[in-house]
This record gives sequence, structure tokens and C-alpha cells, in this order.
Amino acid sequence: MDYFLELFLGGLTRGSIYALIALGYTMVYGIIELINFAHGEIYMIGAFTALIVISVLTLMGMNTIAILVIAGVVAVIYSSAYGYTVEKIAYKPLRNAPRLSALISAIGMSLFLQNYVRLAQTPNFLSFPNLIPDFEFIKPYAHIIGSTEIVILITTAVVMVLLTILIKFTNTGKAMRATSQDKTMAMLVGINVNRIISITFVAGSATAAIGGVLIASHIGMINFYIGFMVGIKAFVAAVLGGIGSIPGAVLGGFILGWTESFATGYVSSDYEDVFAFLFLVLILIFRPAGILGRSGKHEI
Amino acid sequence: MLKIKNIQTFYGNIQALKDVSIEISEGEIITLIGANGAGKSTTLMAVSGIVPPRSGEIFFMGEPITDMEPDKIVSLGICQVPEGRRIFPYLSVTENLDMGAFLRNDKAKIKKDMEYVFDLFPILADRRHQAGGTLSGGERQMLAISRALMARPRLLLLDEPSLGLAPLIVKKIFEIIGKINAENNTTIFLVEQNANLALKVATRGYVMENGRITLTDSSKNLLANEDVKKAYLGF
Repeated sequence: MDYFLELFLGGLTRGSIYALIALGYTMVYGIIELINFAHGEIYMIGAFTALIVISVLTLMGMNTIAILVIAGVVAVIYSSAYGYTVEKIAYKPLRNAPRLSALISAIGMSLFLQNYVRLAQTPNFLSFPNLIPDFEFIKPYAHIIGSTEIVILITTAVVMVLLTILIKFTNTGKAMRATSQDKTMAMLVGINVNRIISITFVAGSATAAIGGVLIASHIGMINFYIGFMVGIKAFVAAVLGGIGSIPGAVLGGFILGWTESFATGYVSSDYEDVFAFLFLVLILIFRPAGILGRSGKHEI
Repeated sequence: MLKIKNIQTFYGNIQALKDVSIEISEGEIITLIGANGAGKSTTLMAVSGIVPPRSGEIFFMGEPITDMEPDKIVSLGICQVPEGRRIFPYLSVTENLDMGAFLRNDKAKIKKDMEYVFDLFPILADRRHQAGGTLSGGERQMLAISRALMARPRLLLLDEPSLGLAPLIVKKIFEIIGKINAENNTTIFLVEQNANLALKVATRGYVMENGRITLTDSSKNLLANEDVKKAYLGF
């Protein structure tokens, strides 16, 4: 039972990270129908920024929790700036071009950012210090869940609640939904569509950066290539849940996390990716629009 | 109030509007009638800034708006109810109305205006939590007009409000159009295929054919005009 619980919580942790990153894919897709392949790189840049900030502040001898918070905030700002710029440079000029052009531009942006970090930083793996302290209250349950996992779970829960409030209840959130449903009509009621698209990229990049810092603390290693695999997994999570659907992205993330965790625990870690993608294939056969996805966007 | 001066609009190489000029004074209801594909909707989209003209100018209250961004144009008080209503299907009725008031910040007045449109169309109040996409055609048209009213427009652009609706609902919608004009002194630019109906509510009319304005006169004279009768009134 303990083993099951451990796998369950491990899957939940992993899944919540996938969910955080999947949110960015799904929000951007919802609003401009583009798979933003550079999204994984935004996440990687978040992790790198955090590592740089942590290294500098550690040398200055600051308190570890303060370092972690500052690193997180700087990573969020930096990644948001990247997300904003990528949209302006690589996607906005192609808004009225065929969709394939924007997709190719996204893949190009992804390769560019990977190689830019590789050249500007290093092609090697760097160790990422885990600054999350060991909480006392968690000690009796240490065989099931660790402090890092607890922090990951709480942070993602808070981010998701904030994001839900933003999208459901604020005027900006309503404008985001309106824009994703009918861009021309959104303009006709006075919504500045370009600004809404920028806000969407910034929100998605900020959540990806938080995901980057959390997962880097968890795994303890980063390099320029980490965005690729996580990006693909988060993309799978978004498609599983139904791309364009925000609750779908979260659900897809959890399902993917559990699938991998149980596959690793009961079969073998060699099979974790096999099961993850097998699940995707099965879902797409039986529900092509994803679990919570809408088929046929504009017809009711 | 609105002055469209010799605009030309193209979709790719196809010219949709040829040297179109229209003028509207404050408080007026004018109508633009014409067959399918004559360029009526394009004219409205040019005014709203969605399809900017290649040449010519558009002035609103003396200010040039020809190349303005659509959201700036809305902020000046020009609102459009486009063809096909274009209700946001997954937003509730209330949220659709909120979007109409997107550029306003006066919460108390927005609430009051929402009560006002619920008064105009009580059925919308019953459906306030329903998704826009679940409404019937007539309800959607009512919601589309209400959404535009939420912006407190000075100039209301209406594109084919009668299209696809039952005669009773059309009658009701046209009554409301007259009421909006009378009560709030809102200027109305009405585009219609149903010329008979449009000319009865409007004071003046323009007739459009193949992207060109071919005739303009008071509604009374247009209703009596033999060519208009033959082409648009069906007798």
C-alpha cells in the first residue's frame, strides 16, 4: 500500500509539473491556434535564469529560502520577456499567413533558443542545487513523499487557482476567452487583440518558468536540451486533455504523470515513455478531441 | 457625424467598394440597401476598421478614423452588430454583455445599463447564465444588439438584423431599433436586404450595387421610386 501511495504521489508531483507547462501550450493554442514549439525552451530558459541567480546569491551568502524565492521571481520575469518577444518576432508577422508557416517558425524558434543557450552558456549538464529545506513535519512520511514534492504540489496548486481566477472572473480573462472564440468580434467590442495575445504568452511563459525552477530543484540537473523532452510530454498532456481546454491540460498532466509513475514502479523505468505515448494513441483513437476537448470549435 | 469620403476597398485583387461616399448626421437613422454581395457589410467593416480602405477617408465627428485600430474606433463610440450576430458561443449571456462594456470602467452604470437591456429584452434576463451558443436565432440577435448597447454607442452599425428571423421577431427588433434611436438619440446606420422594412424605419437611404452607391434619397422617395420598387421591394 505504501508503495502504491508513493507511486501515486510521485505521479501527482510529476503530473502537476506537466500540467503547469501544458497550460502554456493550451492557452496559446486556444487563442491563436498555434502549437508553440518554443514553449519548452521558455521553460528551459526559466531554469537557467534561476540557476544563475542562485549561484550569484549563494556566493553572497543569503538565506536559502530567500534565494529560492528571488530566483523564482527573476526566472518568471525573464521567461515572460522571452515569451513576449518570441511572439512579437516569430508569430505576429505570420498571423494571417497559412498555419503551417507559423508552425515552422515555432520549430525554428525552438532550435534557435536551444542553440543560443548552448553557445551562450554551456553544452554540459550543470547541477542545480536543491534549496528546498527538509521540513520536520514530513519526516514520518519520508518514505512516501519528500519536502520537494510537497513544495511542488502546493506551488502548482496555487498557480492553478490564480490562473483560474484570472481566466474565469477578471475582465482580461473574459477578453482572452472572447478572443479565442471570435477574434473579429473581439475587435468589434473594443478588445485590443494584440495585447490579449501578448498577455496570454506572458501568462503561459510565467507558469512554464515556475515549472522549470521546480523541476530543476527536483531533478538536480539541467542543460540546454531539457526543454525538448518536457515540452513534448507537456504537449502530450495538453492533447490528452483536449488542446485549448484549461482544465483539460491539468487533467492531461496528471494522467500522464500517473501513467509514467505506475509504469516505472510496476513494470520498469525503461517503459515510462512507451506507456505515456501508448496512452496518447489510445485516447486519440477513442476521443480525437481529447478528454475534455471540444470537437468543432465554432458550431453549437 | 459620420462622413465616408470616396473609399475604395479591395479583397486581394477584387474591388469590393468603388468610390463610396455616405454621410450621416447625428440622431439620424439611415439605411444602406442592396443585393447580396453588393458591398454593404464591407462598408460597415471599413467604418469599424476591420477592413481598412485602400484609398479615401472616413471621418467621425470631424476626426479622421480611416486607419485607426478597431478598438480605438469602438472607444470613440462606434459599435457594430455584425452580420450573423457573432455571439461568443462559450461565454454566458451576462459575460457577452460584459464584453460589450469592455472599454468602460464605471461599474455602477454598467450594471444599470445591463438592467436596461434586460428590460428591452426580458428573455435575455431569463437566460442570463446560459452559454451564448445555446440561444435561438432571435435571442442571439437580441443579445447582439444588447451587447453593442452596453458600450453606450453614439453611432450604432447594424448589419442585417432581420436575416433569418421569424416575421414577429423581426417586427419586435425593428421596434426596438426605433426605440433606441428615439430614447437615447443614438445615430443608426442600418444595412438591410429587406428594403421595405429598412426604408420604413429610416429617414434616408442609399442604394448599393456592385460596390457602388447608385442612388440616394429620402426613404419616402425611395419607396416610391420605380427602379427601387422593381429591384428591391418586389413589386
